[in-house]
Amino acid sequence: MSTQVLPYTVHPHPITGVYSGKLGTWLFLASEVMLFGALFSTYVLLRIGAGDAWPSHHDTHLSIPIGTINTLVLIVSSVTMVMAWASLKMGNLSMGRAYLAVTVLLAITFLVVKFFFEYKVKWAAGTRPSTSTFFAIYFTLTGLHAIHILGGIVVISYFLFPGVGLWKKDPEYYTNRIECTGLYWHFVDLVWIFLFPVLYLM
Amino acid sequence: MGGAHADVSKHVKAYIGVFVALAVLTVVTVLASYIQVSMGLHITIALVIATIKASFVAAIFMHLKWERGASIWWSLCLCAIFFAVLMMLPSLTVYDHPPRVEDKMWDLPAVQKAPSEHH
Amino acid sequence: MSGESHHGSSGHHGNESHHELGFLRKWVFSIDHKVIGIQYTITSLCFLFLGFCLMMLMRWQLAYPLKPLPFIGHWFSEQIMPGGIMLPEFYNSLGAMHGTIMVFLGVVPLLVGGFGNYVMPLQIGAPDMSFPKLNMMSYWVYFCGGVVMLASFFMPGGAANSGWTSYAPLSVISQQGPTFYAKFFSGQTFWLMGMVFLITSSLLGSVNFIVTIIQLRAKGMTMFRLPFFVWSQFVTAFLLLLAFPPLEAAGVLQLMDRLAGTSFFMPSGLIVSGQAAPYTGGGSPLLWQHLFWFLAHPEVYVLILPGLGIVAEVIANNTRKPLWGYRIMIYAIVFLGFMSFIVWAHHMFMTGMGTKISAFFAATTMIISIPSVVVLTAMLLSLHRSSIRFSVPMLFALAFLPMFAIGGLTGLPLGLPASDIHLHDTYYVIGHFHYVVVPGSIFAIFAGIYHWYPKATGRKLNEVLGKMHFWLSVIFANGVFFPMFFQGMAGVSRRLYDQTAYAHGEAIQSLARMSSWSAWCLGLAQLPFILNFFMSMFAGKKVKENPWDATTLEWAAPSPPPHGNFLTEPVVYRGPYEYSVPGNPRDFYPQFVTEA
Repeated sequence: MSTQVLPYTVHPHPITGVYSGKLGTWLFLASEVMLFGALFSTYVLLRIGAGDAWPSHHDTHLSIPIGTINTLVLIVSSVTMVMAWASLKMGNLSMGRAYLAVTVLLAITFLVVKFFFEYKVKWAAGTRPSTSTFFAIYFTLTGLHAIHILGGIVVISYFLFPGVGLWKKDPEYYTNRIECTGLYWHFVDLVWIFLFPVLYLM
Repeated sequence: MGGAHADVSKHVKAYIGVFVALAVLTVVTVLASYIQVSMGLHITIALVIATIKASFVAAIFMHLKWERGASIWWSLCLCAIFFAVLMMLPSLTVYDHPPRVEDKMWDLPAVQKAPSEHH
Repeated sequence: MSGESHHGSSGHHGNESHHELGFLRKWVFSIDHKVIGIQYTITSLCFLFLGFCLMMLMRWQLAYPLKPLPFIGHWFSEQIMPGGIMLPEFYNSLGAMHGTIMVFLGVVPLLVGGFGNYVMPLQIGAPDMSFPKLNMMSYWVYFCGGVVMLASFFMPGGAANSGWTSYAPLSVISQQGPTFYAKFFSGQTFWLMGMVFLITSSLLGSVNFIVTIIQLRAKGMTMFRLPFFVWSQFVTAFLLLLAFPPLEAAGVLQLMDRLAGTSFFMPSGLIVSGQAAPYTGGGSPLLWQHLFWFLAHPEVYVLILPGLGIVAEVIANNTRKPLWGYRIMIYAIVFLGFMSFIVWAHHMFMTGMGTKISAFFAATTMIISIPSVVVLTAMLLSLHRSSIRFSVPMLFALAFLPMFAIGGLTGLPLGLPASDIHLHDTYYVIGHFHYVVVPGSIFAIFAGIYHWYPKATGRKLNEVLGKMHFWLSVIFANGVFFPMFFQGMAGVSRRLYDQTAYAHGEAIQSLARMSSWSAWCLGLAQLPFILNFFMSMFAGKKVKENPWDATTLEWAAPSPPPHGNFLTEPVVYRGPYEYSVPGNPRDFYPQFVTEA
């Protein structure tokens, strides 16, 4: 593409100790923290404002078993993601790709459960975001989280199939990119770790 | 950092350990939601468990435990401070607008059905 | 971008001619930070001009209320200007879009996307931004945001008309249709979608800026050898990174309110036109204000910090002296950036906030004025006992100092709850922040354009036209905004469509007329600049790499710099402003030169 080569895309900067992609990913995640922070803060405000009128988790009829299963699915996908990186780091591409493939499958599982066992059921029962403030928050937060999952699926799939050519050119660069993708993926998991108790259990 | 990661195989054990911890804590938080305690305590328990889980993910999966990049830590510190400010926002809105809370303005039209029973 | 990294890639740029890129890759979908910087600059200058035109239209209604607009009145449709007389709804649209376009599509992209992109990598001695493709993407996302914003003018019901702050619940119920289709194709919905694009673009840009400044500095370029402009971009990038996401969240929530009928910002028991609004309620209009100002106060510093950076560069260069208190200035803006996150509620004193919180935010507001004054004082002291070179950029920088001070100092009464009660939402506020932005940020932008134009094009802008542009702009900018302080203190509300409807407004209508005539003349005063800008590309005086005898790194590269920027990898030997060093034969000692 261009003739000139930027330093520190692969190897860490001798003084800062990180390569550029990782720092960039962390900064992006910092902004994501503020994005979800604003939404959590909205949740807290509206819940305090509603006082006793806020529905307890028995009244919202969200399925705790389905939520628990989805939580476990995401946690496993985080493990497979980090294992993919570890395999690549040890020079094992086929193992790394296998783990990436499992991660994508688990992510798809999460979305399928979300849409067909939760949204669809709620929708059929006539529940809409406009039904109550609780469901407004439920649909907005989980919807935004689902969009993040979708983004993760696209990125991981890219590195799984078309992006894998980079491994042949520069395995370390490819491994770094998987590490950055992993950072994002773990963050998405981390958001769900909070969303699950907040929406299903409290 | 490249040297520190040379034997990644050692990390793999940590990953498995964290996985077990996360799975167990998930079950614990679900079970805890059935314990009959006051709402405040209930919320506290759930958030504490979630924070522990999140810390495991950040420290091990996201490699913060082995992270030596000062720029990353600085950025995260700033983010944490402003995140805390953002979390102050609800209290600013509610507690210093006393008439609204006292009049229970937000409860007036009983939008959501009041929960029939807490148990 | 592909391939392994290796340091000392200086030999690489020689074979560039073999890789001549096509027009599309070179000028449209370019990944070169300089081309992207120019794209940003041109686009945002166009938006500035558009925003200015909207304001000139409004000024007609303000000066001559309910009189038909002469000459161009019949160009507009009968639905918005029947018989050439502006309808109140259209006036509101103009006001909202003027603010939005100026702030989010004009000044910020110009200062950060334009100047930041073009100058910052050159000043730190980097070959490009850290993530060139991301850089391209952030420009195109910004471009899409602009298109979506403009599309809102063509929606049924016109462009967004709930003010640039888009306060709920007004913004949720305005331009609402019965069907999803009607709800979606409305000015306010497009405004919100445009904002989501613009915020995303700023986020991508700010990640890139921070990483570039941390990772890609040339050898020897320590943090305290960075030019002040780079520091200002660094702090600005952090503000963009951490303050914008809450507004993105708020924008998404308001979109939900508008499209899905949720009640995040809709209070219980809301009555609209005598009827209960169809919302479940339980939301909080204050929440919108908090989230909006959590962004928008740091945003104010995003508007001014890069401006301060440009002015500092120009002052150091034209006084031929080091900046006075370079380190203090840096500490001041870092502190300023930090404090800007905890002052936002001073915009909300009139919402019924209690005294405790008001006192807290009044105190932080007074504290944040300290670093601003420190920076301004340092720049004034830099002028002391110097032989000033009155070039066009320096004229703009000199005008910046007192007028930014007027803008800043008039903000203090607004930061104190007691005086804010009288001044809130009056023309005084308009006068205050326009003094900061117009003779502040926009004059800094002009200073920057005159200063760096030779670097970008290899030719100088014409001095005579530049001085015409400067003097006319200074006179008329003051003519526009100074009367507003009096209008405001007389109690004229900032959103009035026709102030003569009230006795207190009628009495000072002549001031509104003075503002309007000055505004139109200010418009005419930009003609020399526009002429100069295009003419000098072909007819300007050709210059070498360092026409201003400056010390910072961007002047080591050829003008215009080639792809990859520097012919040999630059090495930095000293601080950024080594002017008039005693015992040195020349009066400047560039960062990149080993021996004098």
